Amino acid sequence: MLWKEMDRLREELDGLFSRHMGQGYGEFPPVNVYTGEDDAVLTAAIPGIDPAELDVSCRQNTVTLKGERKKDKLEDGQRYIRNERGHGRFVRSFTLPFKVDAEAIEAEYKQGILVLRIPRAAEDKPRKIEVIAG
Amino acid sequence: MSEELTKKEKAELSKTKNPEKEREYTYQPKIDIIESDKELQLLADMPGVDETSISINLEGNELSVAGTVNKITPDGRALNYREYIPSSFERSFTLGNAIDRNGIKATVKDGILKLVLPKAKEMQPKKITVKAG
Repeated sequence: MLWKEMDRLREELDGLFSRHMGQGYGEFPPVNVYTGEDDAVLTAAIPGIDPAELDVSCRQNTVTLKGERKKDKLEDGQRYIRNERGHGRFVRSFTLPFKVDAEAIEAEYKQGILVLRIPRAAEDKPRKIEVIAG
Repeated sequence: MSEELTKKEKAELSKTKNPEKEREYTYQPKIDIIESDKELQLLADMPGVDETSISINLEGNELSVAGTVNKITPDGRALNYREYIPSSFERSFTLGNAIDRNGIKATVKDGILKLVLPKAKEMQPKKITVKAG
C-alpha cells in the first residue's frame, strides 16, 4: 500500500514536468532501447495508433519514428467529462552505437507497443583474428 | 510500522539496486470519460495489456481496472536506455446510481481499454410533450 502511494506521488510529480502525453518522462512516445551483440531492440509505448500511419525510417545509424495519435471524434450529444489522454503528432530519433543494416529492420506493433529490431550491419560486427604462431 | 513491512521494504530496496530486477511499478492509466444521454464511455491507455492480462472488478459502487504487462525484455540484450518501465496499471472509479451495472461492457484493442457503462433506463432523459389543454 505504501509503495503504491509512493508510485502515485512520483507519477503526479512527473506529471507536473511532462508534456500532455506519455507516462511522465516528458517525451511521447516513451522509448526503451535494449542492445545486444548483433542488434538493438527499440520498444515504444504508443497505444491506439494505426500501424499503417506509423512512419519508421533509418538514415545512417539514426532511426526515426514519426506518427500522429489522433483525437477521438465525438458524436453528436457526446461530451468529455474527463480528458487526460493526449493526442498530436510526434517525431523521435535515436542514434545507435553501431552501423545499422537499414534493409533488415523489422517492425511489429502489438498491444499498443511498437517493437523494432534493428540489426547491426555485417561489416560492422567485431571480427576475431586468429593469431598464427610464426 | 510493523516489522514485516520493514522487512518487505528492505527487500524492495535491495531489488532497486539491481536494475535488472527492479520492483514492479503500478501506474494509473490516463483516461478519457465521454458522456452521452445513453451511456458513459471510459477509455484508458494501457500499452502492453491484452484481454488475457486485464481484470475488471465491480464491488459495490467501486469499479476497479487492473492490467499487467506482458514483458518484452529481449533475450541476450541489455537495457541501456529507458524512458518507461513496463509495469502494471491500476485505477478505481466510483459509479453513480445512474449506471446499469449489468450492462457494462469492456473491450481492449491496441493497448486501449474501452468500457461502456450504460445509463439505467429510468435515468435517461425523456422528452415530455405538452398537449394543448
